[in-house]
Amino acid sequence: MTNDTAQPVTNEKARIGAPGQAIVGMNEEGENLSTDNVSTEQHGAKAHSHGGGAGVSDSSRAGRLTSYNLSDFPALTGREEDWRFTPLNRLAGLHTDELTGPAPTVQVEKPDAVRVETVGRDDARIGVAAIPDDRVSASAWASFKEATVVTIPSELEVDSEITVTLTGAGMDPAASHVLIQAEKFSRSVVVLDHRGSAVVAENVEMDIQDGAQLTVVSIQDWDDETVHASAQQAKIGRDAKLKHVIVSLGGDVVRVTPSSRFAGPGGDVEMFGLYFADAGQHFEQRLFVDHAVPNCKSRVSYKGALQGQDARTVWVGDVLIRKEAEGTDTYEVNRNLVLSDGARADSVPNLEIETGLIEGAGHASTTGRFDDEQLFYLQSRGIPEDVARRLVVRGFLNEIIQQIRVPALEERLQAAVERELEAGDY
Amino acid sequence: MSTLEIRDLHVSIETEQGTKQILKGVNLTVNTGETHAIMGPNGSGKSTLASTIAGHPRYNVDSGSITLDGDDVLAMTVDQRARAGLFLAMQYPVEVPGVTMTNFLRTAKTAIDGEAPKLRTWTKDVKAAMAQLRIEEDFASRNVNEGFSGGEKKRIEILQMELFKPRFAILDETDSGLDVDALKVVSEGVNRAQGAGNMGTLLITHYTRILRYIKPDFVHVFIDGRVAEEGGPELADRLEDEGYDRFDASDAVTA
Repeated sequence: MTNDTAQPVTNEKARIGAPGQAIVGMNEEGENLSTDNVSTEQHGAKAHSHGGGAGVSDSSRAGRLTSYNLSDFPALTGREEDWRFTPLNRLAGLHTDELTGPAPTVQVEKPDAVRVETVGRDDARIGVAAIPDDRVSASAWASFKEATVVTIPSELEVDSEITVTLTGAGMDPAASHVLIQAEKFSRSVVVLDHRGSAVVAENVEMDIQDGAQLTVVSIQDWDDETVHASAQQAKIGRDAKLKHVIVSLGGDVVRVTPSSRFAGPGGDVEMFGLYFADAGQHFEQRLFVDHAVPNCKSRVSYKGALQGQDARTVWVGDVLIRKEAEGTDTYEVNRNLVLSDGARADSVPNLEIETGLIEGAGHASTTGRFDDEQLFYLQSRGIPEDVARRLVVRGFLNEIIQQIRVPALEERLQAAVERELEAGDY
Repeated sequence: MSTLEIRDLHVSIETEQGTKQILKGVNLTVNTGETHAIMGPNGSGKSTLASTIAGHPRYNVDSGSITLDGDDVLAMTVDQRARAGLFLAMQYPVEVPGVTMTNFLRTAKTAIDGEAPKLRTWTKDVKAAMAQLRIEEDFASRNVNEGFSGGEKKRIEILQMELFKPRFAILDETDSGLDVDALKVVSEGVNRAQGAGNMGTLLITHYTRILRYIKPDFVHVFIDGRVAEEGGPELADRLEDEGYDRFDASDAVTA
């Protein structure tokens, strides 16, 4: 188990995990791991690996290509830093084909005061909060026909959640686009509920304007065969607040790449994630927090459970504190719980710090088996082993579920976790 | 009356250097209503005895027996031992993230009693026990031992002892790391439970300090995996004055 923090003490650029920089208790093992062509040697307890090691020419997240043009992104080989863990052969053409299939159907439940529109590609608001930073996202951008725009008007405080249900419309590779605009000083909760069967690349834009508070919960509760790549990018205005939660439970390959970019000082972002991978499922989450302006705060907490043969999860957390982002306060943590043999979790926190004038920056990552000491403690209080295991797994994931604070949704997700547990071997 | 009986107990652990003998023939009989203090220097095997009674998988019983009213404790799983009436207050209570104290206490009580406690009286009992141990109310909604100070964790262990009402409580260095005020609060809890008359206590300690607040009926001195000397409370007074130096501990093991 590893738990470490980094506290920069100088003004020099300090890139945690940069080549040649030794960190006590860390190792560089895992840096040359490539895509899905590896065995399962990493299951069980293992220290996390750091990005930016040998074999990566420039791993700084600041240098990542962004473009609205698909042709700017070369074809994928699977050896790219941001695709090295993804089984391209299971993407069902998302990275190679034109995304001309029928997009998931959209159904919205909302209070009257919230506006929902279906707009064409030429709508001026498209692109207000996002720019593709990988090929599949750019491909979706090039291909979508209509976008769903959800607008929470200025100063509106919405008590009930806005639910956008996206239901897969078939297995032809498709593109989807959603824009959520939280206008100034509004407060709201938006749920993106992904269901059914689909092969879909999706862009979700979140424009959180000055002083607004937005919670977005993206649930991937797809049928077994679904392949889903979702880029979810947020632009966070001055004194605005975003709580972003992803929950991945169903699908064959689900790859979610959430980004938070601070556009004004005083912004605050919390990013949570919960994933539960069963046999054969590949759930990948790669997040990016871009501290580009001073005095913003970010907290990232992702937790995953894995059970069954070839259950596979990937978590990569890139946090970049740019030179001008003085007063930044950031912490990210990923915890994985491996419940059976044959499962594999990768966890890679990357923290780049370009200024020492910050409040704090840290990260932690653990990937472990259900802890024998926890089991012993609970059993020594009379609790049988199977009950103890459930108590711990349920508790482990409930920490994230509790953050959602939408009672109906919390109940649904707790029930989903119970179903996953019942499907397990114990 | 119940009896916990330990006969010629030999225990070892696996280390990187190979198998290591820790307990080398321990004999001990504890009846309900009695308080036994087990004292000894570091590495004498005191905590190994506690963990072995509770059934920690790290400890291998090579020979000997532990029985509870004649029933073979060593044949029981860890949770069966707890349900049979054994309770171990741990030296280092484990944090269980995600499981609230409330949920944990109710789940354990239900497991031990074989039925769910009546919600109303249970809530009242928990509150009263928490108040007596000066445990803040918000602890109930926090996760098991998570972020608690050392002293808080020890009080939570005693809280469990009072709520679960075991026949035998084994307190593994519950006094270590406590300030005097916390020590008094914890000792009061043990005395309350012991005073009810249906519990036997095995009080494992390195120091004599806690024996000013909890009066033992018997004192056993552990040296190198065996009971080297036994006596009444006066033995504790002698240890307070003289320490363990008069025992030859040169070949003491480290556990």
